[in-house]
Amino acid sequence: MHDRGGARCSVHEPPIAQTGGMLRRSLVLIALVAVEVPVALLSMLTLIGAFALGLVPCFPPTVMLVRRVTGLTRRMAGIEAPYHPEPPPPVPQPDGWYRHDRTLYKSPRVPRWSNRWKWLFGDPATWRDFVWLLLDPVVKAVLALPLLALPGPAQRVYGRWAALLLAPTAKSRLAGQVRRLAESRTTTVDSQAAEMRRIERDLHDGTQARLVALGMTLGAVEELVRNDPAAAVALLAKAREASAEALAELRRVVRGIHPPVLAERGLGDAVRALALDSPLAVDVQIDLPVRLQTPVETALYFAISELLSNVARHSGAERVTVDISHSGRDVNVLVWDDGRGGADASRGSGLNGIERRLAAFDGVLAVSSPEGGPTTVALSVPLALPEEYGKPKIRMPWWQTSTVVVCWGLAWLPLFPQGLVAGVFKALDLEIKSWFLALYLDESWQWPTIIGMVALGSLMYGLALYLPMCHDRERWMAESTPRRPWRGAW
Amino acid sequence: MVNRVLVAEDLYLLREGLVHLLQAHGFTVVAAVEDGPSLHRSLIELRPDVSIVDVRLPPTFTDEGLQAALEARKQIPGLPILVLSQHVEQLYARELLADGSGGVGYLLKDRVFNAAQFVDAVRRVAEGGTAMDPEVIAKLLASKARHEPLGRLTPREKEVLGAMAEGRSNAAIAQRLYLSESAVGKHTASIFAKLDLAPSDDDNRRVLAVLAYLNAARR
Repeated sequence: MHDRGGARCSVHEPPIAQTGGMLRRSLVLIALVAVEVPVALLSMLTLIGAFALGLVPCFPPTVMLVRRVTGLTRRMAGIEAPYHPEPPPPVPQPDGWYRHDRTLYKSPRVPRWSNRWKWLFGDPATWRDFVWLLLDPVVKAVLALPLLALPGPAQRVYGRWAALLLAPTAKSRLAGQVRRLAESRTTTVDSQAAEMRRIERDLHDGTQARLVALGMTLGAVEELVRNDPAAAVALLAKAREASAEALAELRRVVRGIHPPVLAERGLGDAVRALALDSPLAVDVQIDLPVRLQTPVETALYFAISELLSNVARHSGAERVTVDISHSGRDVNVLVWDDGRGGADASRGSGLNGIERRLAAFDGVLAVSSPEGGPTTVALSVPLALPEEYGKPKIRMPWWQTSTVVVCWGLAWLPLFPQGLVAGVFKALDLEIKSWFLALYLDESWQWPTIIGMVALGSLMYGLALYLPMCHDRERWMAESTPRRPWRGAW
Repeated sequence: MVNRVLVAEDLYLLREGLVHLLQAHGFTVVAAVEDGPSLHRSLIELRPDVSIVDVRLPPTFTDEGLQAALEARKQIPGLPILVLSQHVEQLYARELLADGSGGVGYLLKDRVFNAAQFVDAVRRVAEGGTAMDPEVIAKLLASKARHEPLGRLTPREKEVLGAMAEGRSNAAIAQRLYLSESAVGKHTASIFAKLDLAPSDDDNRRVLAVLAYLNAARR
């Protein structure tokens, strides 16, 4: 959610700076060698020490030092950190012991050290860092002159080199996304369970209790009906009242589970109904071509409902605007109010709850609320609309398209007449030369030319198949995930 | 005399209950339907004196009943329809009232418990009046409460306004609020003056004026 391909942007488009700034950056990059070389030597020594002499405890601090040094370059090139997240501290069991694999420990020291070791040793980024650190002085030596003479292009080249080893690999990005998905799934399941418990409590404390009371009243009526009909009639009136209350209570519970208007009319009218019931003057604008899927619709409805009640409770606003629109398949909601502002997503548990709810659909929430207002809350759920509302298909770049066309159109020429057929003629030693280029050449060049022609034709066919295939895969991935973690940094 | 009633309700027990209740009070049930398309057909073909329609009906179980009712009233203006629902929404009330022609009702299903009041509401709708659920009126009033003219009403006048918006006649309001009819008349005159509405002696037209006022888009 927070790592939208930072590396790609910054490496490709270095921040616009004057030549002076660029030159300074080049100088800093070169000066970094002074740190890198000693650390590289030290890390070589510790690696040898750790694995040849058993000085294992030296390994983690060295890795951390290397990460610091590579971190400097990462920050300059705008590359995000590729590391696995640090393992959480060991948690004791109820009996106070710490379990690690199949062994129990009295203190957390060994499990913690072991987790740390696994974390650092098992992360491929650790080793990529080492390799980069060893090679970087060499690269810098080669690039030193260009870096000083042509800072712009040279820095771009250097950025690519840095990204090559320092940026997260497609695999580690995917792993990161899987981790986030697992997290959001857990929170979704948790909040689902919490909802269930809340509903159960509401039914148990409210409706059920009222029905019990109703049953008791009816029992009393049964006893009274012969001896004291007047009292029985009075009790019956009470029973009717109680049933009406139970219904009202149930209606409230149903509203909390899935509001009837939402089920009947969809998000647009449900939000309009919310606006009508709100004490504020709420202006609603809806631009949705179709009904959303029920889970998304429900999440957005409750999010908007929560936001509106927040506005009514805290902001002191007069006017509120709710705007629901879509761009392509993404659905965007803007809730604007002219209140006193100062809303903070990190403080308000309400906003947090909304964020968690939306996370299940890869949705995000952004708040802009300066002191003194106005407040704008933006919600966005990607790919919420059916496919036909998607942006026009991602098309191949023109050079790829023309390559494919040229290859398909001309590949037969080198492969068959100039390659295979000429080869057969040559092998059979026929006199006819026709238009087979190779047969007109010098004897020693004939076979290599034929083989070259066959290779060229095969290559062209291969390219004509390979480019669309790559493109299709890319498109398929783009359409099935909102983010593009599989894309490398270059 | 109001006689021919149509009932549209998908739950068998409730449908039968309504039919019995209405028959016991001297109505003739001309049709009891259970889904949207047949409701629309029956409304147009039979033109019942009054129809009692559940909002949520098959086949879609969304607001099929309400849509059929609105559609039929578009074709036959003023066709009396009483809408029943498990929940009341201002949004639906506003849609029903939008054409301003009367002969509409919108009540919670719970109101059926009180047979006398329910039958009274059915009669009122059949005669071109309105029957709005107190909950709807409360919501309509609440959403207007912050705005000026309504704020100038006395609490008693607000009570009278609420009862009037539900669709009750002066006599019924007097009975409910334990007032004399002339006192109710005085209150209504004062309300109309404060809200800047044209006074009228006709109960139904007066109610429609009040509802139109409450229904007006908020500034």
